[in-house]
Amino acid sequence: MTDATLENARYSFVRKETLPQEAPPLSVAGPLAWIRANLFSSPLSSILTLLGLYLVIDTVPEMIRFYFVDAVWTGTGRDACLADKVGRPVGACWAYVADRVQYFTYGSYSVSERWRVNIVFAMFALGVVWLLWNRAPLKKVGVFFFFAILPASAFILLLGGDRAEGLLRFLILLTFALAVVYLVLSFVPSLVKFWIGEGQLAVEEAMPPWQRFYRPKRLILIAMVVFGVLAVLAEKVGLPRVDTGLWGGVMVTLLISAVGIVFSLPLGVLLALGRRSRLPAIQLLSVIFIEFVRGVPLITVLFMANTMLPLFVPQEWSPDRLLRPLIGVAVFAAAYMAEVVRGGLQAIPKGQYEGAMSLGLGYWQMMRLIILPQALRIVIPGIVNTFIGLFKDTTLVAIVGIFDFLRTIEATLVDPTWATPTTRATGYAFAAIFYFLCCWGMSRYSVAVEKRLAAGQKR
Amino acid sequence: MASIPSEAREPGRASLLYDPKIRGYFYQIALLAIVGFLIWSAASNAIENLRAQKIASGFGFWHNPAGFDVNQKLIPFSASSGSTYGQAFLVGLLNTLLVAGLGIVIATFLGFLVGVARLSHNWVVAKLATIYVEVIRNLPLLLQLFFWYNAVLKPLPDARNSIHLPGSIYLNNRGVILPSPQFAPAFEFVVIAFFIAVVAAIAFFIWARGQQAKTGKQYHNGWVALALIVGVPLIVFLLVGRPLTFDYPQQGRFNLTGGMQIFPEFVALLIGLSTYTAAFIAEVVRAGILAVSKGQTEAANALGLRSGPTLKLVVIPQAMRVIIPPLTSQYLNLTKNSSLAVAIGYPDLVQVFTGTVLNQTGQAVEVVAITMAVYLTISLVTSFFMNIYNKRMALVER
Repeated sequence: MTDATLENARYSFVRKETLPQEAPPLSVAGPLAWIRANLFSSPLSSILTLLGLYLVIDTVPEMIRFYFVDAVWTGTGRDACLADKVGRPVGACWAYVADRVQYFTYGSYSVSERWRVNIVFAMFALGVVWLLWNRAPLKKVGVFFFFAILPASAFILLLGGDRAEGLLRFLILLTFALAVVYLVLSFVPSLVKFWIGEGQLAVEEAMPPWQRFYRPKRLILIAMVVFGVLAVLAEKVGLPRVDTGLWGGVMVTLLISAVGIVFSLPLGVLLALGRRSRLPAIQLLSVIFIEFVRGVPLITVLFMANTMLPLFVPQEWSPDRLLRPLIGVAVFAAAYMAEVVRGGLQAIPKGQYEGAMSLGLGYWQMMRLIILPQALRIVIPGIVNTFIGLFKDTTLVAIVGIFDFLRTIEATLVDPTWATPTTRATGYAFAAIFYFLCCWGMSRYSVAVEKRLAAGQKR
Repeated sequence: MASIPSEAREPGRASLLYDPKIRGYFYQIALLAIVGFLIWSAASNAIENLRAQKIASGFGFWHNPAGFDVNQKLIPFSASSGSTYGQAFLVGLLNTLLVAGLGIVIATFLGFLVGVARLSHNWVVAKLATIYVEVIRNLPLLLQLFFWYNAVLKPLPDARNSIHLPGSIYLNNRGVILPSPQFAPAFEFVVIAFFIAVVAAIAFFIWARGQQAKTGKQYHNGWVALALIVGVPLIVFLLVGRPLTFDYPQQGRFNLTGGMQIFPEFVALLIGLSTYTAAFIAEVVRAGILAVSKGQTEAANALGLRSGPTLKLVVIPQAMRVIIPPLTSQYLNLTKNSSLAVAIGYPDLVQVFTGTVLNQTGQAVEVVAITMAVYLTISLVTSFFMNIYNKRMALVER
């Protein structure tokens, strides 16, 4: 029936090509619709929008006026930033920041020796980029650089004096000794080959212990270069001692954060392994340590390091004023790091452990080669987050008398040279910008890593 | 069977060196020995150093008179009346608990508000909440405390030029001056009525739940509870003749008299702690709500639940399960962070005890140990109760 009617129907017009799509009606797309849906969808929403806009209009222009339009950018003393001296309303006193930026960076570190700090800054930047940039070459060398070469060089360069030179001499000797061992051992297989003859040669396959030494060819090389340069510096220029009491500013903030991360990560891994250990004494000690440190505020740990540490060691070993909070911060961060790493260890499926064991790997081999590389990869965002917390917490060392960045700002605020009504607002804004850029940058990095790690899981 | 040599039946015994059990014992004993040695040497060094510096040890100082005053105190304390170090400890502890308790309430409220606001469909509200969270989370708490104390509260005008807010509230550089409530003796009837009302509300809640299970009839639990808890004490209050008056601060020529002073250190610490923690709580809340899959809301709608009951019965119970563990740790963080009070001079436990008392007595070991013990106890007790709650809320699987 239907077929017949269709056939009989006479079509006078059939469109052969599709029409271009019509734009959606204005009520569902376009800016007006967006505004309706996102700003004025209900009476309550409208009120909130207006309140929010009022808040923005009330504060933002005022802040722009204060920090940019009315700000004073150049000047040499407080007169430049006093409204009645300048004859116009005065906003932020950036001249004060420009004048004191050296102090904010180096504290009271001897002016003639600040180039040493700059070298350490440069090395630190190199290490950070090396580790964090995903496509940087020779990651393992980078790790060695950041966790071994950098701390030693920073100690030698920043402190200077006899003790640092003694350490430098020791490190150079050590590096040379390693180089010699490496050279000798890399000849051994060929010597063996020469003596026993080609046919019976099983030396290379059996992987004798010394072969582990010739992996770190590059490490020895880089250590030789860095320590050689340091030795030349110490010899030619001389590195007079700069007492830690003079250190301050961003330099100390970075130093504490760097010490925190360099020591807390390995210590945290050990503690996490200890907490997951099947040996009751080791597990108990790890749990007690972790829970104890996590249960008390950082300030009490710092007070403890400051007042109790000197009591616990013989008087001639009494730790330096700066070393005490460094130990406190490292211990504190290690406990938090341990919990982050434990999370990673728990996320590794049991099959990985069993697979490693069935290959005949021992405990440390299993952890080093199979488990930790996977576990640490998973928890990189957690590590970065812990590190952000650590970075913010470094400000607390100001309470035990260390001149970190925030404390140097506080110190300049009571200085009459720049005592103006707007100095404080400027100083705090500068500190806020510094901390915000550092922390926000790190959190962006952690988000990026999270995305990259998740990309492999997407199906 | 007999043909098999006896050695083959027994597994070949390797050297004791390779026995994992023996090795385990060895490692543990070695570790314990090292830790024991460290503790022993630290203790003996400490004893020697203390003797050399002529510092007393033990807790005898607890009952010695403390020669200092504290501005904010919840219990009577003054140098002139011979208050002891033990009382100084209590003053500090109560101040810590006060600021932490109030901070937790405010931070929870603000945090939930901001967390929900970040998920709002309203673009302006969501963006403002995001900016708040990002800025606050990425700045050190100490900087924020300095800001609130030194840049906001200290530059307020002096007492003579106090800012007058409605309700007889004055703001000046000595803090906030509020009308102070004066309780007549009859007020205790109101307190008793309040507790009775709370008990009655709970009883009604249990009865209503039983009724709902039996008959399916629902009661307005919330309204009844509100009526009981607010109404009963209010009626009693009016019946016994309004036993509450206010002492209003009076603006004098040079100073304010009367009223109740809230110190700027306290206000700065409270604002700083609660806004800082609220940013973290907001993130916790947001993650919790996002963790409830959309299908749950859709299923609830398909069952005919309106949006109110959907939130109350479906989304929030599931979100709370995700929210509570990290929320607990935020509460603990707030309590621990309250120790930053020492930087702006609020007399909390650390400032009074680990600061002043430690400096006066020099007994670092005892004082720091007591302080740490207090925070540890708070942490452990809180996590204990939260664990119980968490267990009740946890997913019950087959």
